[in-house]
Amino acid sequence: MDWLSLAFSQIVNGLQAGSVYALVALGYSMVYGIILLLNFAHGDIIMVGAYTAFYAMTAFHLHPVVSVVLAVLVSTALGVFVEKVAYTPLRSAPRLSLLITAIGISFLLENGAQLLFGADTKSMDPMVRGGIRLGTTTVSFAAIITIIVSVIAMAALSLLVRRTKLGKAMRAVSEDMGAAQLMGISLNKTISFTFAVGSALAGIGSVLYLCAYPQASPTMGSMLGLKAFVAAVLGGIGSIPGAMLGGFAIGLLEAIVSAVGLSEWKDGVVFAVLIVVLLVKPTGILGKKITEKV
Amino acid sequence: MALLQVDHINVFYGAIHAIKDVSFHVDEGEVVTLIGANGAGKSTTLKTISGLLHAKSGKITFEDKDLKGMPAHSVVSHGIAQVPEGRRVFLRMTVEENLEMGAYTQPRASIQTAMKDVFQRFPRLEERRSQIAGTLSGGEQQMLAMGRALMSHPKLLMLDEPSMGLAPLLVEQIFDIVRELHRAGTTILLVEQNARAALSVADRGYVLETGRIVTSGTGQELLASDVIKKAYLGG
Repeated sequence: MDWLSLAFSQIVNGLQAGSVYALVALGYSMVYGIILLLNFAHGDIIMVGAYTAFYAMTAFHLHPVVSVVLAVLVSTALGVFVEKVAYTPLRSAPRLSLLITAIGISFLLENGAQLLFGADTKSMDPMVRGGIRLGTTTVSFAAIITIIVSVIAMAALSLLVRRTKLGKAMRAVSEDMGAAQLMGISLNKTISFTFAVGSALAGIGSVLYLCAYPQASPTMGSMLGLKAFVAAVLGGIGSIPGAMLGGFAIGLLEAIVSAVGLSEWKDGVVFAVLIVVLLVKPTGILGKKITEKV
Repeated sequence: MALLQVDHINVFYGAIHAIKDVSFHVDEGEVVTLIGANGAGKSTTLKTISGLLHAKSGKITFEDKDLKGMPAHSVVSHGIAQVPEGRRVFLRMTVEENLEMGAYTQPRASIQTAMKDVFQRFPRLEERRSQIAGTLSGGEQQMLAMGRALMSHPKLLMLDEPSMGLAPLLVEQIFDIVRELHRAGTTILLVEQNARAALSVADRGYVLETGRIVTSGTGQELLASDVIKKAYLGG
């Protein structure tokens, strides 16, 4: 393979992984934007979504599309449930309590999954096979589907946030909770809605992840979640376009690192990026501070 | 029957007794002002009425409805809108979106007419309707905050320090708007540190000192009172 086709296939790989990171990063960023919580249980929502799709297809032999819908529904319900049960009672508690609770929920979900499904990795047949030959390289259908689905999901999210009443309410709450309440916006409803949307995106992400790696394990969400978190910080946590940008950037970065033969350094490089961002520009690429005017 | 009746409320910030046995009322069509020094409890009183804070004891009645313990987002739908201290417009949203948020509790169909009314009162906002609120000047932001509150057609408009941080010319403009709203029949509860300006537009006023109401009277009476002159009007 010449270097041009190598570069092309790595870019496709990077975009494929980046799509998943971006979808997951959106959940981190939206939740942080609205209640300033780094929801470290978010990655584990993906794991639950993946198990749902896995068992729907292997044990119940449901149609893949039905399984996907089921995975998204279960992820959404779980995200909202966790918010109601674990985070809502802590609304006026210090932020650290909330963060520790999120980490606790993450452990609970991982160990709960281990108890229920076993600690081993469950593998299944690839969901999507084949690809399109382009010159000397092949682009897998899985990659094409992943990129298209995530772009559609992100476009839908942008419309939701910019055009709908609930989306605008989300932005209002994330900017100023007190003022939003004075407008008649219910915090509980808006925050639950944010968790629902973020978790639905994680559900989509979990299925796309299964397209690339047809397996599920109790801890699969933790590394994926952490990298998506780095993506959210890189893009500017709290910013929706930032999360998308950060996700694709991290995916491409990993692909580049692998392409130059340092694939065992992939994770290290991602976390090095986190350190550099926090040192140089803690607000991320698109995160910004708005100063008050007189 | 008063539109708003506040009866012996006590409000605490943790262990701090911020509002002590405060009672007052606002009649329909009136402009009533609460004046007092920084920290006297003026804003706390407004926040308690709008539901952002809750009174430990006492009663708040609005049109025969008990507001005590009601969450802030429901208070709005009963006809009370508050323009918070420091304007607090949504800086990352456009002027139009800010106004839409003001009409959050209103039926969708009424938003366009309400917005037209606001634009008629504040033509500057119409010129800047698709601009991000963070790029507006301080005076324009205050107009936006007032316009946003008017979007819900409130029966009672509460203004918290509308003149704060504005240039003298703009302060005058803001008080002119208050006068216009009064003439149009809007009931207003106005909190101000700028006591002279507030009393000159108000029908009645109450003076708060460290969480207590110490004096009350018509705007003219309070303006003429020696004690008030010394303490709040600069001699």
